[in-house]
Amino acid sequence: MTRKQRRSVLIGVCLAVLGLAVGLVLFALEDSIVFFYSPSDVSQKNIKPGQRIRLGGLVKEGSVKRGENTTVQFSVTDTAKTVSVVYTGVLPDLFREGQGVVTEGKLGSDGVFVADNVLAKHDENYMPPEVAEALKKQGVWQGEGSKPKPN
Amino acid sequence: MIAEIGHFALILALGVALAQTILPIWGAQQRDYTLMRIGVPAAQAQFCLLLLAFFSLMAAYVTSDFSLLNVFENSHSAKPLLYKISGVWGNHEGSMLLWVLILALFGCAVAVFGRNLPPDLKANVLGVQGSISVAFLIFIVTTSNPFTRIDPAPFEGRGLNPILQDPALSFHPPFLYAGYVGFSMAFSFAIAALLTGRVDPAWARWVRPWTLAAWMCLTLGIAMGSWWAYYELGWGGWWFWDPVENASFMPWLAGTALLHTALVMEKRDSLKVWTILLAILTFSLSLMGTFLVRSGVLTSVHAFAVDPARGVFILGIMVLFIGGALALFAGRAQMLRQGGIFAPVSREGALVLNNLLISTACAAVFIGTLYPMALEAVTGAKISVGPPFFNATFGPLMVPLLIAMPFGPFLAWKRGDILGASQRLSVAAIVTMLVIIAAYALTGSGPWLAPLGLGLGIWVIAGALSEVAFRAKMFRAPWDEVFRRLRNLPRAAYGSTVAHIGIGVMVLGIVATTAWQSEKIISMKPGQSTSIAGYDLKFMGVSPNKGANYSEQIGLLIVSRGGEEVTRLFPSKRLYVAPKTATTEAGIHAAWTGDLYSVLGDELKDGAFAVRLYFNPLVRLIWIGTLIMFFGGLLSLTDRRLRVGAPKPARAGTSPAAAE
Repeated sequence: MTRKQRRSVLIGVCLAVLGLAVGLVLFALEDSIVFFYSPSDVSQKNIKPGQRIRLGGLVKEGSVKRGENTTVQFSVTDTAKTVSVVYTGVLPDLFREGQGVVTEGKLGSDGVFVADNVLAKHDENYMPPEVAEALKKQGVWQGEGSKPKPN
Repeated sequence: MIAEIGHFALILALGVALAQTILPIWGAQQRDYTLMRIGVPAAQAQFCLLLLAFFSLMAAYVTSDFSLLNVFENSHSAKPLLYKISGVWGNHEGSMLLWVLILALFGCAVAVFGRNLPPDLKANVLGVQGSISVAFLIFIVTTSNPFTRIDPAPFEGRGLNPILQDPALSFHPPFLYAGYVGFSMAFSFAIAALLTGRVDPAWARWVRPWTLAAWMCLTLGIAMGSWWAYYELGWGGWWFWDPVENASFMPWLAGTALLHTALVMEKRDSLKVWTILLAILTFSLSLMGTFLVRSGVLTSVHAFAVDPARGVFILGIMVLFIGGALALFAGRAQMLRQGGIFAPVSREGALVLNNLLISTACAAVFIGTLYPMALEAVTGAKISVGPPFFNATFGPLMVPLLIAMPFGPFLAWKRGDILGASQRLSVAAIVTMLVIIAAYALTGSGPWLAPLGLGLGIWVIAGALSEVAFRAKMFRAPWDEVFRRLRNLPRAAYGSTVAHIGIGVMVLGIVATTAWQSEKIISMKPGQSTSIAGYDLKFMGVSPNKGANYSEQIGLLIVSRGGEEVTRLFPSKRLYVAPKTATTEAGIHAAWTGDLYSVLGDELKDGAFAVRLYFNPLVRLIWIGTLIMFFGGLLSLTDRRLRVGAPKPARAGTSPAAAE
């Protein structure tokens, strides 16, 4: 094999692997991306039932209802609009009424969001930034944390 | 008072780092040996000063000196001592101090152990190390000073986030940082090589032990993080493709590629340009990891404090160093003459394939991690890229890598014999086939790909063992000769074999637990029973308990198999006092076949509780595999050739490498 042939083999293999990778990435990006929406977005943007999305906002006070077994029903609100959510499973430790939450799942044809994953914030001062932003848009943002910062 | 000493030492270290940056590099340009030698005491002094600063901060934590803002915000007097100490780096300011401390430690190690380095190379390496220190020390002093006082001092601190109060997590950041920062050595050596214009096999031989040590620390750090996530978060999983995990995984991938390509450079004086580029990229990814985690662009438990000024500052450091390094690389790379040529099928060729697949996989992880941020910055759309993306891209790229892995060591340098290699791997191939067939026969259910995945793990393990067997002439020579050969094999050869076996073991764990995990979420009243994966579990109810700084509700599950009691699980829900936070403690029973994993959920109607149960088959192999990889690295590191140190470049020029 000449030096030139060796080089073309190397370059060929490189291109093949890169091509494969680009294909995989494009294919996977098409398929597995999940968009984040606030309850207002859900009502405005006409999201198709069955499309996988993330829905985030505050858990509405007094909306949490326990159903049969581990099924829970609650409402997610950004104060302007509210979406009811059904979830079967174990809620995260930090799930509480009036607190920020992100749920992942699909919108049913009846307008109820069926979540298969519920994420709550990690600690008291933390708010998912998507939720914070959505709340800012609605003008109900109260600032980070409840405790005063010492100086 | 102690805090002021620490503060002073920190600022002094900045001055020393400045001197360490400017004088040796200037000296190397001027060929002034006095100036070049200043790098050594400067690196030592910088390390001592930072150590003093670090211990001052630790003293403040241990004595709960709440007049320091940092201690007040992240500690609490009722916290156990271990977490008072680990609290030092459980926050933004302290962890950055640890970062520069480790950086200075590596610089100091070069100063002390690099006696046989050529003076100009050593001066440049220490200078580049110093410049990284300068950047991060300015960052600490101006935007994240851990020694800021508050007046009046509060009586009690706010406490450390309870999910961080955990033994494995106490040591996760130091190891992770040792890995991140350890790659700065490869970076400094690469820059120094570009500055001096000389790269030879001796260079690769100096760089390799540092890279290996950093890689080992990073391996352990990532494994600890994953282990912690597994038993502490209560989600039953071990890897979530969370951006923060990816931030540490990308430098690991690049570092792994670097270890392999440095081998080609050391033995064959080839692939120079690529090795230098990879050394730069590996540390760039480490910097990016620091940026992602510290700047608060990511939403996770790691984003301690969100302050735009810090993010912009680290971004600036990143742009400066990565941009500068790449510019220097672009200007100087053509000076590096290419060495030995090789056929596509050869050891070099195999290592090129390894690099190609690993760096492509790294790029895929990179895209998946940064795409959501880029998209949001450009269009404002908020998306999340989750595990499906990474499984669909990273997974398929790993398959050819694992298939090709056993072939590499059987191929000769320069020109390899693929048929010969295949013959020598025939036993491994037969074992693999048998395992695949047995797995299909035994498992019946589950994804059809899973037995093939198990076969892949076995193939890697059997292939690595075949290599040792071949080199020792096992079954082909008398046993005493085999033993003699086994004793005489270099430790580095054992090191790579052991590390490859570790990969195989990890693959087995990953495949088994991904394919055959069982999960069950049910509501249980006290006295009710359920079963999962052959275990019968009886829920006995929940009782309250009080710990040092928390109160908890402990559930009791009696686990039995075939009527006989196996163990008792105590999953609990804790409520910490400061900061007021609820956490989940999983109850786990480890057996050879897998982990029985239980999580206590909320109280439901009529005194029932939500209970989540998992059976994770062979899940521990994942961490056992990483431990094996770590020990493989350790074996390699103790190899005589690396320990004694690299030969002088004059002799390396007449190539001890070619003699291998």
